[in-house]
Amino acid sequence: MGNRPFLPYRVCPAPPETHAFTSRTGRRPHPVGKGSGGVHRPFTDRPGTGHLGCLPSLPVGSSRARRPVRSPLAKGTELKLSTRSRAAVLSTTLAGTLALAACGAANESESASGGSGGGSDSSAAELSGDLVGAGASSQQAAMEAWQAGFEGEHPEVQFSYDPVGSGGGREQFIAGSTDFAGSDAALDEEELAAAQERCGGGEVFELPNYISPIAVVFNLEGVEELDLSPATIARIFAGQITTWNDPAIAQENPDAQLPDTPITPVHRGDDSGTTDNFTDYLFQTAGDVWTSEPDGVWPLPGGEAANGTSGVVEVVTSTAGAVTYADASRAGDLGVVNVGVGDEFVAPSAEAAAAVVENSPAVEGRGEYDFAIEVNRQTEGSGEYPIVLVSYHIGCLRYDDQSTADNVQAFMSYVISEDGQQTAAENAGNAPISDTLREQAQTAVDAINAG
Amino acid sequence: MTATKAPTPSPPQQRAVRRLGDRVFAGSAKGSGIFILLVLAGVAAFLVSEAIPALTAPAEEIPGGEGLTGYVAPLIVGTLLGAVLALLVATPLAVGIALYITYYAPRRIAATMGYVIDLLAAIPSVVYGFWGLAVLAPALVPFHRWAADDLGWLPFFAGPASASGRTMLTVGLVLAVMILPIISAIAREVFSQAPALHREAALALGATRWEMIKMAVLPYGRSGVIAGAMLGLGRALGETMAVAIVLSGGAGATLNLIGSSNPSTIASNIALRFPEATGIDVNTLVASGLVLFVITLAVNMLARWIVNRRADFSGAN
Repeated sequence: MGNRPFLPYRVCPAPPETHAFTSRTGRRPHPVGKGSGGVHRPFTDRPGTGHLGCLPSLPVGSSRARRPVRSPLAKGTELKLSTRSRAAVLSTTLAGTLALAACGAANESESASGGSGGGSDSSAAELSGDLVGAGASSQQAAMEAWQAGFEGEHPEVQFSYDPVGSGGGREQFIAGSTDFAGSDAALDEEELAAAQERCGGGEVFELPNYISPIAVVFNLEGVEELDLSPATIARIFAGQITTWNDPAIAQENPDAQLPDTPITPVHRGDDSGTTDNFTDYLFQTAGDVWTSEPDGVWPLPGGEAANGTSGVVEVVTSTAGAVTYADASRAGDLGVVNVGVGDEFVAPSAEAAAAVVENSPAVEGRGEYDFAIEVNRQTEGSGEYPIVLVSYHIGCLRYDDQSTADNVQAFMSYVISEDGQQTAAENAGNAPISDTLREQAQTAVDAINAG
Repeated sequence: MTATKAPTPSPPQQRAVRRLGDRVFAGSAKGSGIFILLVLAGVAAFLVSEAIPALTAPAEEIPGGEGLTGYVAPLIVGTLLGAVLALLVATPLAVGIALYITYYAPRRIAATMGYVIDLLAAIPSVVYGFWGLAVLAPALVPFHRWAADDLGWLPFFAGPASASGRTMLTVGLVLAVMILPIISAIAREVFSQAPALHREAALALGATRWEMIKMAVLPYGRSGVIAGAMLGLGRALGETMAVAIVLSGGAGATLNLIGSSNPSTIASNIALRFPEATGIDVNTLVASGLVLFVITLAVNMLARWIVNRRADFSGAN
């Protein structure tokens, strides 16, 4: 671009005396110049165009005659340029909007394939047809592991899971476009009624199959773990405690060497189930400090925000004094908070997370096989870790056709099996469900039928 | 640019011969033109139809509970702040690069540099985002502290300084690097086309090289540089991933460039919130997208108006 040759000048034959002009060291005064070498230096130094050499020897007329040749050339280039600029602006605008449209389109294609959930009546041993799910993206890593394991056992089944988000997953399931949903929250009353209608008036199952402890992690030189009560955690994230050597923290950690580093609380900038569960925990256990209702979007204005689990972990890792909440499997080398439960402080672990889910009360007024729970955030039970994300699998107990029922049944059996939970834990770092939860879920899976 | 004002060649005296090729080419060109208008109209229709529920919804149903204006206003401030900052940094830099490449650098270096600058445009914005997050933001933390301490009297550096460096200032710098190749490529193009007669005349009259550039090249290239800057501004306004990764956003509108609490930008806010959004939230996000659409349209119309107004002085004639 920059060195595009000017054609008309290029082709002109160089007269013999131009050597002095073109040579980079040439300092011969220009005939029309003032005679000072300083003026001509740039002239003869110009390495770019290569046309200057022949200019001095040309009569003025010939240079003028060239004008019409060069002018259209320049115009043409400019024209191209302006079209390109328009196209670039348009494509930028379009790319953004088309991305949105694509999301919508994906949802629709889901409904097309979901409705035809395997027409043929196949025997239970040789499963085939489709199995379509959609929902929580928190389950995605685990779902990939389950998909791989399930397809290994039943290679004829076309399995797909679209991580559209919990809300979208519930909507699509209720609309009948998917066979089951993954969701970070159980169905509410209204959705439950709609889901029962979608299931032909039958019951739905809600199985807490994905349990993941959320750790409070921090970056503090020389400190690997801290004991913090719920109220202290809430005050840190509400910005009321601003340095690590605050008396509230020191009192709970008499043995720790606490520096006076300022605390930078980091929260998720995106809408996330992790934030929903964490704010629910703060709201329930430290209600006098934390007055905002639980929400997937961080409720307080301002503060340091980062995108996704990787984002918050990255920021905390690179910022001294930062603290955040993230999936426990992603804590890495960061310091981890032992959360105050009753009189003791409990570290996030698979066992402690499964324990709190097991001992949480079921949501009242649900069907026999609906195991939706209210996580007992205020638990004082020994060895229970209350900051957990529970993600459900939601489906019908009765499907219209046999093959869908068989597929859902086979998939859910695999998911709750010891093997399935272990595979997911290796892939996603979640906490495998306990035997009690498994037995309970098995009763629901066994009850799935068609008709 | 000057294309719109280019003198059309005088019509030929006798009737033009039209061959099959002429008709095919004219038809396909016209078709392409109509097609892009249809696509644009389709996108606009989609935006408007999806945004209507949010535009008509009662204020308390919009996320944040302060109505659509309350929701979008900080986003507009964030979007404009980041983009204008990027433009202020990138434009002088791009003009300098373009002048160096076209008029100062030895030919071999100029060619290499041209390729390297163009390469900047080939890096995906996600990579810029990670670079901003992992390298630039931590590196700028000391500057943030210094600015908060010594320049705190300016509203832009009111502080308190962010401990992570993921601020509007960092975002502006990342965006500046991203739009640099666009502006410099266009500036290079127009500078290299500055009429040789003008340049030589300037030199012949005793101008130094800088004077020659000031008198012959810059006036000629001004409209091109403005057009390039507006194109860069368009990209900076719509940039999504890099901002989403780097910026610690989601707060209310503020002019403070170096704090932890920054207003998000429209595009990055959509990217962050859309995956889990349902119902009216989706409509609200699309409505904010519509606002960005209008802003970008306005910026481009402004650019076109400036360019056309300047065309007479561009020196192309």
